[in-house]
Amino acid sequence: MADIRLEDVGHSYDGGRTWAVRPMTWTWRSGRAYALLGPSGCGKTTLLNIMSGLITPTTGRVWFGEREVTSVPTAGRNIAQVFQFPVLYEEMSVYDNLAFPLRNRRYPKDEVDRRVRAVSRMLGLDAHLGRRSRRLDPGRQQIVSLGRGLVRSDVAAVLLDEPLTVVDPAVRWTLRSTLKEIHRDTGHTLVYVTHDQTEALTFADEVVVLKDGAIVQAGEPAELFLSPAHEFVGHFIGSPGMNTLPGEVADGLVRVGGQVAGRADGPLPPGPVRVGVRPEFARLGDGPGSPGLPAEVTGVDRMGAYDLVHVRAAGHPLVARAEAGSPYEPGAAEFVRFAVGRVFLFRDAVRCGQVVPLNGRAG
Amino acid sequence: MTLTEPVKDPVAAGADEPDRRPDAKPKDNRAWLLVLPVVVCVTFTALVPLMTVVNYSVQDIFSPSDRIFVGLEWFRSVTRDPEVRGAFLRTLLFSAQVLLIEIPLGVAIAVAMPRRGWTVSAALVVVALPLLIPWNVVGTIWQIFARGDIGLGGWAVNQVPGVDFNYTLDSADAWITVLVMDVWHWTPLVALLAYAALRSIPEPYFQAAQIDGASAWATFRRIQLPRLRGVLTIAILLRFMDSFMIYTEPFVVTGGGPGNATSFLSILLSKIAVGQFDLGPAGAFSLLYFLIVQIVSYVFFTVLTRSGR
Repeated sequence: MADIRLEDVGHSYDGGRTWAVRPMTWTWRSGRAYALLGPSGCGKTTLLNIMSGLITPTTGRVWFGEREVTSVPTAGRNIAQVFQFPVLYEEMSVYDNLAFPLRNRRYPKDEVDRRVRAVSRMLGLDAHLGRRSRRLDPGRQQIVSLGRGLVRSDVAAVLLDEPLTVVDPAVRWTLRSTLKEIHRDTGHTLVYVTHDQTEALTFADEVVVLKDGAIVQAGEPAELFLSPAHEFVGHFIGSPGMNTLPGEVADGLVRVGGQVAGRADGPLPPGPVRVGVRPEFARLGDGPGSPGLPAEVTGVDRMGAYDLVHVRAAGHPLVARAEAGSPYEPGAAEFVRFAVGRVFLFRDAVRCGQVVPLNGRAG
Repeated sequence: MTLTEPVKDPVAAGADEPDRRPDAKPKDNRAWLLVLPVVVCVTFTALVPLMTVVNYSVQDIFSPSDRIFVGLEWFRSVTRDPEVRGAFLRTLLFSAQVLLIEIPLGVAIAVAMPRRGWTVSAALVVVALPLLIPWNVVGTIWQIFARGDIGLGGWAVNQVPGVDFNYTLDSADAWITVLVMDVWHWTPLVALLAYAALRSIPEPYFQAAQIDGASAWATFRRIQLPRLRGVLTIAILLRFMDSFMIYTEPFVVTGGGPGNATSFLSILLSKIAVGQFDLGPAGAFSLLYFLIVQIVSYVFFTVLTRSGR
């Protein structure tokens, strides 16, 4: 097993006019579980197919450890890939499905049998080996197609392209646990493509957020939530997403709608910025303070476990999270306080600093 | 019982009160009137003609007023007639050859056809062209094309040293000409059906096969062929029925000759019915012919659909 390194890899389907994946350099470290998160059409599947060799990138080179595989065909890469819907050899039994990749590579018969039985035990397919694969339920079918990848020796990585789309919500949770167990037991590098943030955050050691063919941030789930490096990450992760307010930096002060929200934490050229703060870190009812803004309550959504209070902060809509049964009424004047270290400044959607209290430094 | 009285399901009626569910539809026997147009149409297009044939097949008719009921005598004589038996075996052999050539060839063409780009339209037009030509024109084209003196095809074959190709004199040449003509005319149908089925296979199946290291043959055998089962069932049935009933093309090209080398069942039948006006034997012949097509089609269909389970 080895790291998978993308060196300046980019792909264009139309000869370079638009990039499905912008040239990027990135390393998938061996043995980790990654979630590749992003909206539909952001290049997730293309990136996956570049790794598995189904697509040869327009530019750049792909390395598996010390071996360059850019032009190595798919069959030579030892990649396991699971697609959005179960891809099975429907006329064949589960056993034959699992044995298929080995038989194609002319493994000896007893070796095939040994490996198939090992994988089937690991995936809990023992009871179904003799059945026709198309008679299984979609969840099991996905497990079988995963098994076809795992049965080979020296699997370089397991790539999963939104594998739970066709699976019942109730079964999804079990399947995700199965995947995590497999990852733990085999130690294969796992790349899991999804557009579902819950799936990504609960599954992965590291989440990679992709937007318009470029990686905008990668990190542990908590890091993406607490410290988004890009406006998109703030919006995409979290429910509801991060609030962003139009503001301005002048003389080191951050103003929103004429009101001083706080101080910028570093020397920032004057000009427009966007102030981003998650609903979880916007608090009502603590009285005036810094960083924060005066606000007027416009409505309250009672979500059961908590309330979402909609306010106009310095004239701009903002959502704050409050405990269930909060006393706020529409029309009330309040002050919304921001947690120190959790309010960020964005310029051209990229983080350029944070908002700190007027008297003191960021914690 | 009037016509409008609701029909009671005997089981339900015996069990308890009538169905009172809100979505239960009222039953009305007048609905039968709605199928009346179809019944009338089918009666005049199929039922009456068929019964006329049955009528002929059990009588010996000398004139409209002079007829004798002969029972199954015509059936007996037709099944014992060596000419009919010869034509039957000939037709069966022809159908078997047509299926053995056209099905694999059509599938091969479909697999080889491009999947994307402008070449798709070009290939479709070229492949579909023979299907757009009327039967008797196909016959005429091949009648000329295969001639050794002025036909391009026949002439070209005769340029090969040692070959003396003449379909009007040599029965093997005539047979080959008719067979090649049918392959040229109808393989495109198989190819188009198969192509449509192949196009419906999602791309990930081929990607998975690549990842699994499957050879081109394994990909065909394990992914494409299973998906072709449905259309190939239809293709085999259509091609069997059509080739078993082939008439126009051999009639135009060879007229059933030389001798009776290409005298298929349909050609013999029309000779008996229209040429000799032997309505009794022709009626019996038609019914047997009809029955054979039905039975063989049924057997094909049952075997092909059963083997898929």
